[in-house]
Amino acid sequence: MKVTLFIPCFIDLFYPQVGVAMVRILEKLGHTVACPEGPACCGQPAFNTGYWEESREVAIKVLESLQGAEVVVIASGSCGAMMKVFYPELFAGTRYEVMARELAPKCYEFSAFLVNKLGVTDLGARFPHKVTFHDGCHGLRELNNKRPPRELMAKVRGLELVEMGAAETCCGFGGTFSAKFPMISTAMGEVKCASALDTSAEYIVSCDSSCLMQLQGLIDRQRKPLKTIHLAEILVQQ
Amino acid sequence: MSERDNILARIREALAVPAPMPGRDHDAARSRPVLPTTADQRRVLPAVGKSFDEQLALFRKNAADLRADFRFVQDLDALAAELKRICAAENWQRVASHGKELTGAACRALGLPVLLTDQAFDKRELARCDVGISECDALVAQTGSVVITSRSAGGRALSVLPPHHVVVARREQLVPDLPAAFALLKSKYGASYPSMISITTGPSRTGDIERILVLGAHGPKKLTILCF
Amino acid sequence: MTTPAVQFKQDARRLSADLRHRRIIQTAMGNYEVARDQRKAAFQDWQGARQMAAETKWEAVNHLDRHLEEFVRNLEARGAKVHWASTGQQARDLILGILRTKNTRVIVKSKAMTSEEIHLNEAMEQAGYEVVESDLGEFIVQLREEPPYHIVFPAMHLTRDEIKDVFQRKLGDAPSSNPEELTMVARRVLREKYLQADVGITGANFAIAETGMLSITENEGNARLTAALPRTMITLVGIEKVLPRLEDLALFLPMLAAMGTGQAISCYNTLYGGPRQPGETDGPEEYHVVLLDNHRTALLADAEQRDSLHCIRCGACLNVCPIFRNVGGHTYGTTYSGPIGAVITPNLRDLNEWQHLSYASSLCGACSETCPVKINLHHHLLQNRRNASRRKPSWWQKIAFKVFAPVAAKPALWSLVTRMGRLGQKGHRLVKGGRLDPAYAWTKTRDLPPIARQTFKEWWRVRP
Repeated sequence: MKVTLFIPCFIDLFYPQVGVAMVRILEKLGHTVACPEGPACCGQPAFNTGYWEESREVAIKVLESLQGAEVVVIASGSCGAMMKVFYPELFAGTRYEVMARELAPKCYEFSAFLVNKLGVTDLGARFPHKVTFHDGCHGLRELNNKRPPRELMAKVRGLELVEMGAAETCCGFGGTFSAKFPMISTAMGEVKCASALDTSAEYIVSCDSSCLMQLQGLIDRQRKPLKTIHLAEILVQQ
Repeated sequence: MSERDNILARIREALAVPAPMPGRDHDAARSRPVLPTTADQRRVLPAVGKSFDEQLALFRKNAADLRADFRFVQDLDALAAELKRICAAENWQRVASHGKELTGAACRALGLPVLLTDQAFDKRELARCDVGISECDALVAQTGSVVITSRSAGGRALSVLPPHHVVVARREQLVPDLPAAFALLKSKYGASYPSMISITTGPSRTGDIERILVLGAHGPKKLTILCF
Repeated sequence: MTTPAVQFKQDARRLSADLRHRRIIQTAMGNYEVARDQRKAAFQDWQGARQMAAETKWEAVNHLDRHLEEFVRNLEARGAKVHWASTGQQARDLILGILRTKNTRVIVKSKAMTSEEIHLNEAMEQAGYEVVESDLGEFIVQLREEPPYHIVFPAMHLTRDEIKDVFQRKLGDAPSSNPEELTMVARRVLREKYLQADVGITGANFAIAETGMLSITENEGNARLTAALPRTMITLVGIEKVLPRLEDLALFLPMLAAMGTGQAISCYNTLYGGPRQPGETDGPEEYHVVLLDNHRTALLADAEQRDSLHCIRCGACLNVCPIFRNVGGHTYGTTYSGPIGAVITPNLRDLNEWQHLSYASSLCGACSETCPVKINLHHHLLQNRRNASRRKPSWWQKIAFKVFAPVAAKPALWSLVTRMGRLGQKGHRLVKGGRLDPAYAWTKTRDLPPIARQTFKEWWRVRP
């Protein structure tokens, strides 16, 4: 099928390898991938900060660029939640409400797309390392994305998954929250890293690069013996 | 316009605009919420066995978990004997109770002076008693609770001021769960409710200091349930 | 005079870095979580129970006038006196008025968050009465002259040694720092107060419309004694606490206990329906119930956020909130803390003065997920943010987002920004982590990733 892939701003700028991995995986499965030249942002920063008019200006462009898409795969849980769950709320009572409601069922976060829509869990991947998984809040609570990443990891050869106690606890990123309340954001990230270190895992894996940016930023600064990696980067390794 | 009128008027004005139905999937929710029936409640609450023996066992287990001393005996004589044993072991000097059939029988067996709360009493005298012995309305298997009221258990203070509360109950008073307990209260007192109804579950406790469990924070340190 | 927002940031900065505080709270919450999950698992259908509880509260709040009238009618029929207070000031005046007529010296209180909300204790103490908090946690923080740390566990932040210390200083009696012995000290002191007290003041967890009763949940028995011994009893309760029927408690009492303290049911759940009735030999001769509005009707009028009035004050959202766990209850600087506090405070008090509580959240949604009555807490935080920025926009943020829109939307502009960003990052190394760093909020404690040599869009454009 034709898959429209939405790449959020931070993956575009900081973690392009995640988007590249997703393209390779989808093409290997025989699908055509389209990346519209539309907006680089889903509008979440303005929405979360309370500036819904300004958020709509960006989101309208996203709606327009995705019109007619058969299926939309979003490369992060938080942008996925924005488009699937929050667009209807953002556009409620406006003339774009119908478009937003039509888009929602077509949206999938990447791992949910593979498992729930395509029914694929084994990509022939190999990653012989001990890892622990961080459930990004939007993916977990807005998109109910607990199982798909784990089903995918279960099929990765050599991968050992150890769950951390704080797997479902927020990493502290929260978008502009990380800059508005940096001390709280940092404390939350420290609690998360401590829980990951308790598992003796080499890697923290997630489906959300924004969370990984927060955690990697702390890990680098505090020189913790941990690495972060996006699930797609693991799945593309043979 | 009284404050009552002001507040009610503001409420009515506010409610002129409807609020969304609860639940994540608004389309799936009913058009109007319906208050749950007893059957609905029983479908979701912790399960309780149907037979008396299962319920008795559940009550016993719950009481033990809650550090309440539950003793199930043959008959009223055995109960009185049990009470005497506790009295001797704890060296009770002063006993408080109320003048009902079961408590009367129990207290007679003790042979101690009894402060009865059926007529006016001095609360400081009650505070000096070692034990308050009362009847109850029901024992609740689901939670290990004792249901008492100010009418059935000698007032408000008898069951909470002395450091030891002893409940005297009949086995027929065992009900399966909280829905049954509330139904019982309604049918027994619906025409004229006592001023206090209490569902008591275990002796008094607190975790306010470092979350360490301490019994007897203000209410009784010991709760004994004698059932025949 | 620092504003609440500035004070919040100062306190948050201090407490987020306080590793001792972090350890104490994480341990307490960890124990709570284990017990809570056991209780939830004992339900045959926990999610079904949440939906039932949510619908029951919807019914109660969305027909509040009818249920309140029924409640008052039944309560007054048993001789209780019901008073209605539109504001906190009125409630204080009503209660002080009752105290004046009763030859009062000593007042004993059981826990009532509404009394914190209207600063009742201060008013009573100023009027010359001796006020004693009887709940152990409240008793301790009252001695320490600080507000409660948590709506269910007021002294959660204190160690036994700190408690021993204040008992020694204020009571002259602290044999050791053993929790049992300290509790017995409090028990002895308070016992005398219950017996001395002329007036007992309580809050209430639920107001049962069908039977006209106030339901009070506790573990210690202090509320039972407060309601049994003094000659006058007063209950202060928010108008939103209504439940339609007596049997609704069969659902709410276990749910409140499970989420509040990880218990199957609290030790004492007691219903009070009036003063001493004919034939009863103890209990208060007079029972006054003060119904408190204090901006609740304003929240009621906001149909979008009306369900925040469904709150049963269990504290579960506080316990699960990573912000609360790191900054603690005092940092919020107001009666209601945690997620529910962040939702209702900007609506019960000034929106723009208290909006920071709604912004101090990563919107993780754990609160909404855990709430036993399904309040959409994290969505309400978003709505508060929207309402606050509409009422009084922060102009630089508005402009920044306005500029960002076309930059994000137009590929040519985005390309330009990408190239400028790469250049900027080279210079950034010079100021990184210091005061001149525009990204200081981030780089003070974290490293920033470099912009990739080839962004995704650049790769996509040139791939075969």
